[in-house]
Amino acid sequence: MKKTGAKIFIETLLEHGVDTLFGFPGGVLLPIYDELYHAQIRHILARHEQGAVHAADGYARATGKVGVCIATSGPGATNLVTGLATAFMDSVPLVAFTGQVPTHMIGNDSFQEADIYGITIPITKYNYLVKDTSRLKEVMYEAFYLASNGRPGPVLIDLPKDITVNEITNPPIPKLTLPQKVPHTAKEKEQRIEKIVSLIEKAKRPVIYSGGGIIISGAHQHLQTLAEKASIPVTTTLMGKGGFPETHELSLGMLGMHGTRYANYAVSECDLLIGIGARFDDRVTGKISSFASKAKIVHIDIDPAEVGKIIRVDASVIGDARQILESLNRKVKKQSHPEWIKQIGQWKKEYPLAYKKKEGVINPQYVVEQIYEQSKGEAIITTEVGQNQMWAAQFYKCDKPRTFISSGGLGTMGYGFPAAIGAKVGCPDRIVFDVAGDGSFQMNIQELATAVYNKINVKVAILNNGCLGMVRQWQELFYGQRYSQTILEGNPDFVKIAEGYGAVGIRVTKPEEVPSAIRKAIELDQPVVMDFLVNREENVYPMVPPGGAINKMLDEEK
Amino acid sequence: MRHIISVLVRNHPGVLSHVVGLFTRRSYNIESLAAGVTEHPEITRITIVVTGDEHVLDQVMKQVNKLVDVLKVGDLKYRQAITRELAIITVKAGPKSRHEVIEIANVFGAKVVDMSEDTITLELSGTERALQNMVRLLNPFSIEEMARTGTIALSMKSSEQ
Repeated sequence: MKKTGAKIFIETLLEHGVDTLFGFPGGVLLPIYDELYHAQIRHILARHEQGAVHAADGYARATGKVGVCIATSGPGATNLVTGLATAFMDSVPLVAFTGQVPTHMIGNDSFQEADIYGITIPITKYNYLVKDTSRLKEVMYEAFYLASNGRPGPVLIDLPKDITVNEITNPPIPKLTLPQKVPHTAKEKEQRIEKIVSLIEKAKRPVIYSGGGIIISGAHQHLQTLAEKASIPVTTTLMGKGGFPETHELSLGMLGMHGTRYANYAVSECDLLIGIGARFDDRVTGKISSFASKAKIVHIDIDPAEVGKIIRVDASVIGDARQILESLNRKVKKQSHPEWIKQIGQWKKEYPLAYKKKEGVINPQYVVEQIYEQSKGEAIITTEVGQNQMWAAQFYKCDKPRTFISSGGLGTMGYGFPAAIGAKVGCPDRIVFDVAGDGSFQMNIQELATAVYNKINVKVAILNNGCLGMVRQWQELFYGQRYSQTILEGNPDFVKIAEGYGAVGIRVTKPEEVPSAIRKAIELDQPVVMDFLVNREENVYPMVPPGGAINKMLDEEK
Repeated sequence: MRHIISVLVRNHPGVLSHVVGLFTRRSYNIESLAAGVTEHPEITRITIVVTGDEHVLDQVMKQVNKLVDVLKVGDLKYRQAITRELAIITVKAGPKSRHEVIEIANVFGAKVVDMSEDTITLELSGTERALQNMVRLLNPFSIEEMARTGTIALSMKSSEQ
């Protein structure tokens, strides 16, 4: 029996367990959307392709499954670019489909033609332009495999219209022939692990620095076992939040530019730093030459190219974090470092994460604390980018993986709201909050329609300071308080906007109204936008000035 | 420091963009790049000459190896590799200077492949250094046009024994 490419497309999605597709149709996608009309796949119609790709990303991060999105040729495809780059930087498994003009028209500057294959080479793990319907199924199998295996990442498949229209005889389930690369032999791996074990057993002041890799590989319990067994405090990156319980006594919270003082001090004073599933990003390390300068450095990562990229390491092993932690846990003997733990306890007592409460105005940090309180720490938090992101990271304590979803690497404003939609679609029983800024939220505010129409009950908490807070903060500290283009005069009335879309809008102007407003938002079975009018001058502290050593942090004036 | 990197890739349209794009994105400098099919028609060999210290070389090799289409990456040491480059050079040379140019060509083993009233075109294959040496001697005659292929290389089996 013969089948069209569009039919094969739908069948192959179903074979991969895809239950949700985030997308936006267009001319060259008509054959696919016609098949979708009666397919057993939920299609979430976004209001902008960027909303679709971020939602697929949020879905993937919240569930661990591959997120799938689709956009039409030309502008539809180029609107995916930011979302693909976001997913690429944060190693998120995505498969993105784009429509393309028919193969015989490619290269003619046809209507709605863009070379999305060429455009996305540097921002995808891999990409395809399918030129023959008989290749379609195999390409899709490869794409799902590549997106989710090894270091995950986005894969793009460009589908010319004729590829989806042509009929071929039913293709068999393909056998993958992708090149396999083995970084080291089993014996070599064993030796490398032995070396790490001996470094751990010799260390007097060890610290684990763990990243998103822990969450991706599902290694959080194994990490906790190692930390407890060898008595090693753990600091996480922004991407690593939730990989180690932040209420655990060995938790140091986040490190880096807006990390805790005690995390940064611990890293600066440790004699062994064990990086797991993290990539020594500049927001983490600050000035490289003073980063963990007293320590031997161990790097455990699945990507060989990350080892030695930024920092010279003393020992390393390539592989899945969970498997490596399993063998470390088998080999490491119980350790204790009472003096080191005591020292860290002192730092925690002396330099707690805190902020100055101001009379009569809402502190944005307080809003985040209240979201934590009222959701009993059980919510999935997504963030926009800037101050809101850092306050969310500092004050929402995450104990479980896949509960903190943020654009870490690319720092994409406008990410959090559509990502919250995707997370809620993937985890309908969870409370999902987007901690937003008034600037970021406006970058994908149109997705309110998506949330309302599809009854995706996400809660948006706008920490509305009427400015682009993080840039304003840098202008205040480093550019002589010249607030060039960072004051958002002319913001809309967010409550009316929410109501206009059919969502619930709540304005909160007094600190005492904060808890009840959040409670109300949680109780309502509708999308809610909360407009918290917060103190404009509030800055994120502590702060490592850009390029500075991480133990030299600025603080709020007392 | 210059390094020759030999990369075996799956041969399909777009693969060169993936490899070259990586160099742009990571801002590695390519001195030369040559691509051609191997003994297996489905595999292409890309020979890339890059400059950089050991750290850069290490990163380039790892990043290239990460590309899905890459089957194998090797760092060929100049001393243990056979390297060749082909150049076609048109030199301004009329009847008076012609014989001098031909003399230089003979010394380097270059072939005369074309001649007009006031030009000679030479073809030389050799190591990059041989090419550079000949070019230096031809410079006084004024080189009108030159095309070079970039280095290709294989490891020297005799030095492996």
